Amino acid sequence: MAFIGNFALLLAFALSVYCFGAGVLALLSPDEPNSQRLSETARRAGIVVFGAVFLAAVALVVSAFRDDFTIAYIFHHSNRDLPTPYKFATLWSGQEGSILFWCLLLSAYAFVLRLRYKTDPRLFAYASVVVAGVQIFFLALVNFAANPFGLLEGPLRPDGSGLNPLLQYPEMVIHPPMLYMGYVGFTVPFAFALGALIMKYPGEKWIHITRRWTMVTWGFLTCGIFLGSHWAYSVLGWGGYWGWDPVENASLMPWLVGTAFLHSVMMQEKRGMLKVWNMWLVFACFWLAILGTFLTRSGIISSVHAFAQSSIGSWFAWFLGITFAVFVFFFVLNHKHLRSDNKLEGMISRESSFLFNNLLFLLLTLDVLWGTWFPKISELVQGNKVTVGAPFYNRVAIPVALILLLLTALGPLLAWRKTSLESLKRNFTWPFTVALIIALFVMLTPTSWGSIFGLKPWHDVSYFYSLMTIFLSALVAFTVGSEFYRGGRVIAEKTGQGMFASMVQLTHRNTRRYGGYIVHFGVVLVMIGFSGSALNQDKEAELGYGDHMQIGSYDLVCRSYTQDDNANQETEWALMDVYQNGQLVRTMTPQRIFYKASQQASTKPDIDQGFKEDLYLVYEGQNDKGQPVIKAHLNPMVIWIWIGAWVMIIGTGLALVENAPVPVTVRVPRMMEHAAPVAGD
Amino acid sequence: MTISKTIPRRALQAVLLSLAIFIFSGASDPSTRFNEIGHQLMCICSCGQILLECNHVGCPSSDGMRNELMAAVSRGDSDSLVQQAFVQKYGPTVLAAPTTKGFDRAAWIFPFIAFAVGTVLVIFVVRAWKNRPSPVLVGGLPITNTDFDRFRRQADEETDL
Repeated sequence: MAFIGNFALLLAFALSVYCFGAGVLALLSPDEPNSQRLSETARRAGIVVFGAVFLAAVALVVSAFRDDFTIAYIFHHSNRDLPTPYKFATLWSGQEGSILFWCLLLSAYAFVLRLRYKTDPRLFAYASVVVAGVQIFFLALVNFAANPFGLLEGPLRPDGSGLNPLLQYPEMVIHPPMLYMGYVGFTVPFAFALGALIMKYPGEKWIHITRRWTMVTWGFLTCGIFLGSHWAYSVLGWGGYWGWDPVENASLMPWLVGTAFLHSVMMQEKRGMLKVWNMWLVFACFWLAILGTFLTRSGIISSVHAFAQSSIGSWFAWFLGITFAVFVFFFVLNHKHLRSDNKLEGMISRESSFLFNNLLFLLLTLDVLWGTWFPKISELVQGNKVTVGAPFYNRVAIPVALILLLLTALGPLLAWRKTSLESLKRNFTWPFTVALIIALFVMLTPTSWGSIFGLKPWHDVSYFYSLMTIFLSALVAFTVGSEFYRGGRVIAEKTGQGMFASMVQLTHRNTRRYGGYIVHFGVVLVMIGFSGSALNQDKEAELGYGDHMQIGSYDLVCRSYTQDDNANQETEWALMDVYQNGQLVRTMTPQRIFYKASQQASTKPDIDQGFKEDLYLVYEGQNDKGQPVIKAHLNPMVIWIWIGAWVMIIGTGLALVENAPVPVTVRVPRMMEHAAPVAGD
Repeated sequence: MTISKTIPRRALQAVLLSLAIFIFSGASDPSTRFNEIGHQLMCICSCGQILLECNHVGCPSSDGMRNELMAAVSRGDSDSLVQQAFVQKYGPTVLAAPTTKGFDRAAWIFPFIAFAVGTVLVIFVVRAWKNRPSPVLVGGLPITNTDFDRFRRQADEETDL
């Protein structure tokens, strides 16, 4: 298998080099008689790269299933008793395998791109060459610096070291692929952007093509980020879902810039504005995705997620430098082509709201980038590292996020070109009033109604932020709702359909716009989920048989504790009865698992999820008497984050669907309606 | 200054003051302080977790650190004294966020400078674009308001409902 894998990887590398070289030659001499054929061979070579990389990936997975511990990578990341789904996960659970996985996804994207070349053969030829350049880098890496088929030195071992225990969780089988599809996917919009820049592409067609690819990529990245959060929440056992770890930040940065691009691209499509800006945003998405990979692979910034420190960091540093230099070179050469001469008609308009929206997304990205790199900068400047953790990001990012939420509420109410203050006031008054009433209701209602109620902003700044989030989220929800209602009413009046059917038809007619609003609604739900974190509670206790612990309205009773054993793991767990108002509502079993192969332990919290709050129990270990130490968290509103994520993904999917054609209605003059049918009708 | 001008200003000042009190005042009982300070410190076992959130199995550091924190809070040590003691014992990485002294200040200042510069830039761009001369039709004729209205109507018909 190692031989097949190595051969396939070398073949893929050689084909990528050919695809790039022949593609460049064909583009440089378009008038040569053989140029067309050369370009076609380059395209076909590019298609075959996918087959070769796929073969290498299959070889690695088969090696994992066959417990081929002669391959060092398999020895370090698998073992004989590893459950089947996690043997698949071996492919991306280590440094070398994950780069091979990156190559596979990039080849898959490039495969689709090269198959769809008829959309615009010349632009696609440029994009194909750029993608081939990126493929050469990753395939060189996997062939010469981080080869997953390297053989184990020393005597053959009977069993492997096993998969990292934290990765032995169902979501881990889908989280990395989703995240990587997001990261890798940004290569395609970048390839189109750079291609369009090099060839001075006339018109805006390239931006239409790029937008769809970006939306797909953005959807995958969104999915990956939320799956990662859910994994952290369900597995790591600290009761939270986002720790502002550098690796988490690395995924957030391209997502933020991608979100900015998906908004500003509308300015270019509708008004021909922001051409230079969009070009840089596309480049920034790609560059930040690679920078994130550099962060996790180089060991330059310490992170709990990071792969071991290795020499491939310098490869990434060079690649980042080269891509930056190439992009800047072509930008300087051809930037005049990107000039836009459209005029802004009003200060209060959709255009200016998009400008501020982009500013805020970029500021958030800069804040995250700054916070991620500051420990390194501090070390260089003053010789000692500092920690930049959640308190920094919360203080810096939350106010910006709240302004962004306000803009999300205002945006749909602003017209393109110009909006009068009168019309803004007219459309904004009732959503504002209702949102204010909701915020006051949440503030003044007694806490006994639920942990989110009775939020007194003067008790803590986090309560103030939570209340503002609830207020602004309600505002966004009502402005989005009013957009659906107004559009639906027009259709209902015209067609006589019911309101819901009209709103569905409205969404079908302009999927991008209304799909986008659904994404906004998902963001609202996510923000409501975040707002609950200000009210988190936790408690820890050592519990013997029948001992009680109280948290919120829950009374927890330790019914028993025991342990279990199988070939892969040893498990200790407690059986906790949960009472509410004297009634037994659930039995929970927080666990601690010891993985035999890797000799590592991990906790497996038990979570009782509810719409109001989550009861989250962690088995922390045993005390001197052998009794379990249980930590209980009460986390309000968390479920809304996951629901919101689903809504965001559904909205993104909807925005990708083609618009339904608007039915053409021909008005029949009244006298014709009543005219008697003529023979032969 | 007339009374009619003074009253709204006083009202605004009162609202701002009330807001400031709401935002910056906080409870100071020991358990709240333990919770607040504990969320400003990191566990030093290299798990990368906030001290009060570190729960990894067999952590050699967090229990001891929590006990130290509880003892300091029970003694009535001020927040800064507690933080200083932790920094002396465990080094500056024990603080979950940079301090507001020396070069660490840069961490806090940069985001605000970026915000201010970015906002000024966007306002400048919006104003500059607004003051651009009107686009001219092929043939050199400037577009009139009537043309704009016609184009707008056409765009509305073609893009909206």
